[in-house]
Amino acid sequence: MPLDVNKSLDSHARVLGLANQRLQLLADNVANADTPNYKAKDIDFLSAMQTADRQSVQMQATNAQHIASTAGPNRAETLYRVPDQPSLDGNTVDAQKESSAIAETAVRYQATLTFLNQRITGLRMAITGGR
Amino acid sequence: MGLFNVFDIAGSSMSAQSLRLNTTASNLANAGTAAGSAEEAYRSRQPVFQTVLNELSPDAESAGVRVKSVVESNAPPTKVHQPGHPQADADGFVWMSNVNPVDEMVNMISASRSYQNSVEVLNTSKDLLLRTLSIGQ
Repeated sequence: MPLDVNKSLDSHARVLGLANQRLQLLADNVANADTPNYKAKDIDFLSAMQTADRQSVQMQATNAQHIASTAGPNRAETLYRVPDQPSLDGNTVDAQKESSAIAETAVRYQATLTFLNQRITGLRMAITGGR
Repeated sequence: MGLFNVFDIAGSSMSAQSLRLNTTASNLANAGTAAGSAEEAYRSRQPVFQTVLNELSPDAESAGVRVKSVVESNAPPTKVHQPGHPQADADGFVWMSNVNPVDEMVNMISASRSYQNSVEVLNTSKDLLLRTLSIGQ
């Protein structure tokens, strides 16, 4: 079988999952921009994608009829950001960094959606033969 | 689903910041309030923010912010000699509230900027969610 639909859409789904997680952390940072002693959190997008590629977790198949899963871990390890300018109240949120990271993640997310849509359009074209 | 959590987080931030704006309004409104004794004088109110932790999540990540409490400032009220004031005590003194209008104006600007940031986050994730819903169309 030359084409595996699951596999061809899998890496895009993983990017969406990671972007999702990152957006949640960044939203949390923005929400806690005025909370004393809050430490800003983020994930390392690149290394998260690399580890997801290497160690994709397999579900245990106990029956011959189980469908093999190809999905890797969709969550990355949460890291704390090192502040450039520490503030007196112990808060390490940097508003400029947060908003640029949110913009970057949103663009990544939209690019992945575009790729997904094109892949689906291509598959549909292949199925219907362009009719 | 993750992007729905972003709505909760941004919403919690907006409600916390609007409470902060509310206390600022109350403090500024009472900036010139006089009282007959130090105990009765209006004291400025300040909200204390706290991170909400999500116990259901495996790595106990936080899920927004909440107002832990509203504390009254313990700065001493100003004692002013105004014998003609209707609330003056036997010696002719009144106690003015301990609100610092400059602090309150700074608080107001900070709260409104933080609110705007949260709205921006909310709009971004709303756009992404709507585009995700139209995959394959």
